[in-house]
Amino acid sequence: MTATLADVFARVRTEGRSALIGYLPAGFPSPGAGVELINAMVGAGVDIVEVGLPYSDPLMDGPDIQAAVEQALLAGATPDVVLDTVEQITAAGATAVVMSYWNPIERYGVDRFSARLAAVGGHGVITPDLTPEEAGPWISATTAHGIDRVFLVAPSSTDERIATVCSVTSGFVYAASTMGVTGARTTVSSAAPELVRRTRALTDLPIAVGLGVSTGAQAREVAAYADGVIVGSAFVRRILQAPDRAVAVSAVADLARELAAGVRGN
Amino acid sequence: MAIESIAPAGQDASGHFGPYGGRFVPESLTAALDELDAAYHAAIVDPEFIAELAGLERDYTGRPNPLTRAARFGELCGGARIYLKREDLNHTGSHKINNVLGQALLTKRMGKQRVIAETGAGQHGVATATAAALMGLECTVYMGEEDTRRQALNVARMKLLGAEVVPVTAGSRTLKDAINEAMRDWVSTVDRTHYMLGTVTGPSPFPKMVRHFHEVIGREAREQILAVEGRLPDACVACVGGGSNAIGLFSGFMDDPQVQLRGYEAGGDGVATGRHASRFSAGSPGVLHGARTYVMQDEWGQTLPSHSISAGLDYPGVGPEHSWLHDTGRAVYEPVDDVEAMEAFAALCRTEGIIPAIESAHALAGAMRLGRELGPEAVIIVNLSGRGDKDVETAAAWFGIDLAQRP
Repeated sequence: MTATLADVFARVRTEGRSALIGYLPAGFPSPGAGVELINAMVGAGVDIVEVGLPYSDPLMDGPDIQAAVEQALLAGATPDVVLDTVEQITAAGATAVVMSYWNPIERYGVDRFSARLAAVGGHGVITPDLTPEEAGPWISATTAHGIDRVFLVAPSSTDERIATVCSVTSGFVYAASTMGVTGARTTVSSAAPELVRRTRALTDLPIAVGLGVSTGAQAREVAAYADGVIVGSAFVRRILQAPDRAVAVSAVADLARELAAGVRGN
Repeated sequence: MAIESIAPAGQDASGHFGPYGGRFVPESLTAALDELDAAYHAAIVDPEFIAELAGLERDYTGRPNPLTRAARFGELCGGARIYLKREDLNHTGSHKINNVLGQALLTKRMGKQRVIAETGAGQHGVATATAAALMGLECTVYMGEEDTRRQALNVARMKLLGAEVVPVTAGSRTLKDAINEAMRDWVSTVDRTHYMLGTVTGPSPFPKMVRHFHEVIGREAREQILAVEGRLPDACVACVGGGSNAIGLFSGFMDDPQVQLRGYEAGGDGVATGRHASRFSAGSPGVLHGARTYVMQDEWGQTLPSHSISAGLDYPGVGPEHSWLHDTGRAVYEPVDDVEAMEAFAALCRTEGIIPAIESAHALAGAMRLGRELGPEAVIIVNLSGRGDKDVETAAAWFGIDLAQRP
């Protein structure tokens, strides 16, 4: 078993830095290449991997991730490819969570999905379109199988809402830095520090910031106030732009190194 | 199912119809949906809002619209007494205006300056652009690229009305993808933008709110049929894409168990071919666009593409209240394929001098089926949800009328 989310956040705290969380969809651009790319990311300093479950209607994602999941689906990505990916990267030592829109998990069966994810060594699931109000069966299933549940807070969330979200969350809280969809931005929203401050007042859970972080400098800026820095679209874009698999692998590793320096304040 | 157990649940406080509905959205939208829910509940009991909406319905939309006896068309329906609820005579040509006027007034009450909308056939986009023009709101309409080609006339109408039309090139390039894109816009601009969702789908409060603004259809139809027939109808019939025109009509008769409620989905090339939009024949409960409802999906929960000659019915999901009415048996849903719909389309043109929207032609085909089953004593109300002007090109191609040929 690899380090849990709690282990990772405890470790980075003792190292006086933030955790680097990297996202890639499973099976992108193909099941085999997907695993190699994730392993490259981990080898270059990503602490926690978010393995995306490709879905036909990714309404919280911008153009880069939309394009990536479309490719992954065409290449045959299914929940089983996601679980295989988790199994393989876990065997290589990664701490993995799954990021999925709700319908594929419900269709797979909430208990079955939690059980299989635990069996392949996955540690948690991020569910961007599942609200605490609709999460009853999910809370039971993930609790039974020891899977962390990561819910999101947003700049528009009231304090009362943040408290509700945190009460059902485990592992870490995902703070959406901005009102918008995923995608690299030139600046990280100024709403993020305030959201983290408000959230920290209501929970002891680690807080990771995502949406819009794409460079080492941005990672350093976010690491100054958050426990984790989440990067997705920037990795995806490197792969979309790469002419071949070897270039993609080295581009992903280069970005991971740059970001890993950033979360260490360098 | 026993009558006692089928009383429609309406919607509970958290926005469910039985197990359906609810809210499956990014957290960024929760505050906006709560704000909308509060504004909606405050407005519908505010005499000023009620009067303003009623005034617009009367003076702008042209309500009440008639309930027209279709005697010659009825002969093709087993001799049943067929009445058409004439939503086609509304300003903008369909029932869609009922909802957008209500939501546009709410937009102003919430102090927002911009509205966005998705559209399939273009009817909701045109209605939204119309309301935005009337009330001085900025308007952006998302439309699948495929649909902008099928419904070029409506694209032009929206532009004439001052709206920006954004062709959506993601995914299947139809209504489902237009909704995704509108949601993405909304997440990013929610502080100044209201999303005018066009049907009884989506996260709560949309299904109950859109239903509320269409209940006028059922209210009028009920009064009108009682006035002319002195009794309730045996059945109410409507086409079901997202299902807003159907819910509007059904709502007037929901508590009258003797009135059958019949919804007709798009059977496309036939349910057996897989090219259709028959959620209740070939779909299963899932989550799409913020609500739990029947969805056309594969074994992994990926949304399947839908297909219909009618762009307005070409949608893989359906309003959650319909899912509940289906499961409880209060309403019955059947597919009508393209061929049957176009036969009914032609029949209404030739017997009544009314060119229906192809969406509504699915309901007319349903009435032909049901009338033959219920017989000449039956009284049936058909919701003629829209007029067919927008469909002339599609219908001409279907019937082999050469538009370029001079008479």
